[in-house]
Amino acid sequence: MSQSYNRGLIEDFSRWREFEAGMWAWIFHKFTGWVLIGYLFTHIAVLSTAIPAADGATMMFQGSQTDVFTGTIVSLEGLLLVRLLEVGLLAVAVFHMLNGTRLLLVDLGVGLEAQDKSFYASLILTGAITVASVPTFIAGAF
Amino acid sequence: MSTQTPKQTDESSETDAETEVPSKGDERRDEKRRRAAEERARRQAEEAEKAAADEETVELKVFRYDPEIEGKQEPRFDTFHVPFTKGMTVLDALMYSRDTYDSSLTFRHSCRQAVCGSDAMFVNGGQKLACKTQISELEEPIRVEPLPHADVEKDLVVDLEHFYDQMEAVEPYFQTNEYPDGELEEQRQTRENREKIKMSTRCIWCSACMSSCNIAAGDNEYLGPAAINKAYRFAMDDREGEEIKQKRLEIIEQEHGVWRCQTQFSCTEVCPKDIPLTEHIQELKREAVKNNLKFW
Repeated sequence: MSQSYNRGLIEDFSRWREFEAGMWAWIFHKFTGWVLIGYLFTHIAVLSTAIPAADGATMMFQGSQTDVFTGTIVSLEGLLLVRLLEVGLLAVAVFHMLNGTRLLLVDLGVGLEAQDKSFYASLILTGAITVASVPTFIAGAF
Repeated sequence: MSTQTPKQTDESSETDAETEVPSKGDERRDEKRRRAAEERARRQAEEAEKAAADEETVELKVFRYDPEIEGKQEPRFDTFHVPFTKGMTVLDALMYSRDTYDSSLTFRHSCRQAVCGSDAMFVNGGQKLACKTQISELEEPIRVEPLPHADVEKDLVVDLEHFYDQMEAVEPYFQTNEYPDGELEEQRQTRENREKIKMSTRCIWCSACMSSCNIAAGDNEYLGPAAINKAYRFAMDDREGEEIKQKRLEIIEQEHGVWRCQTQFSCTEVCPKDIPLTEHIQELKREAVKNNLKFW
């Protein structure tokens, strides 16, 4: 097995190009899963500003004193990078949801012959939803 | 092959020359070997020329490696030009290359009709059974490599010992302690039950699925698709009885059993006998859950 033998470059050379639908689905599912976990942790940083905000802490935002919590969120939303990342986040979440449903069906033994088609369908649907979301997320960012 | 006929005359004269050499000294033998190598190179060059002129040849790039010979320890690819005949398989092309150009080209094959399971290889980036893979369906040049995720012994031959160990681990033979009444009564299977296990009985132990499985590649203890399919074939056989089925489920629901499967479908894609491996593994997962769920 690969653990005990290293065929070097010949073993791994461009193997990703030979992947079938099921393998891509697995890789994307893992990737999106990790991204979503990472996103959960950013909540701690942002939401923790609610504690000083409850004690009346304020910050300067657009020339006036706002409470820290609102100020942080509104200023983050003002950044173009954050707006773009939000589109990406939506794409990641939608794919994870759709592919998760696909995996649920696979676990139940439903439509195993169509597993590749359902993967392509979730990809296309993810793309469509992401494109449709662009006006909402990007509006006013430029 | 008809295209081979004109070659046979010079081949026989070559063997004649070989028989008189051993009586001479080492010098002569070296000389002979050098001339044989030259002859081989000349024939390959000739064939390459022919390939350029004639479209009816196929180009094969074959993985070569031999740990026992100093000059061949570094893995490399050899190119062979093989005259194409209608219905030619990858195995046919390999056999032609071995018989015509390089007799040291090593690969396993036996029945040549997808029954023995000896010649699973990595052809153009996929695990294929060489004897049932048509050349006409492949893009040129055809890359032939040994099965990935297995030790290479020589050229296209890989060590299948680990695969066989995993197969043996699920006890791939019929066991029962429920016998029919009457001394001469047969152990009959219902038609429905036979239909249920039909696909799983088709396994030819070629190891293509095991080689394609990403999980088996990273986890040596994972039973692998073929072994789990074998377990399915017996666990789902009603004639074995409840007690033996419990034993079988205990084997497959271990840490490195069915639960390692991540439903990547690689095994199902490559199986030359079209066994729905992932489906069988998923069914055993459900069977294992049902077996352990207790509502009291």
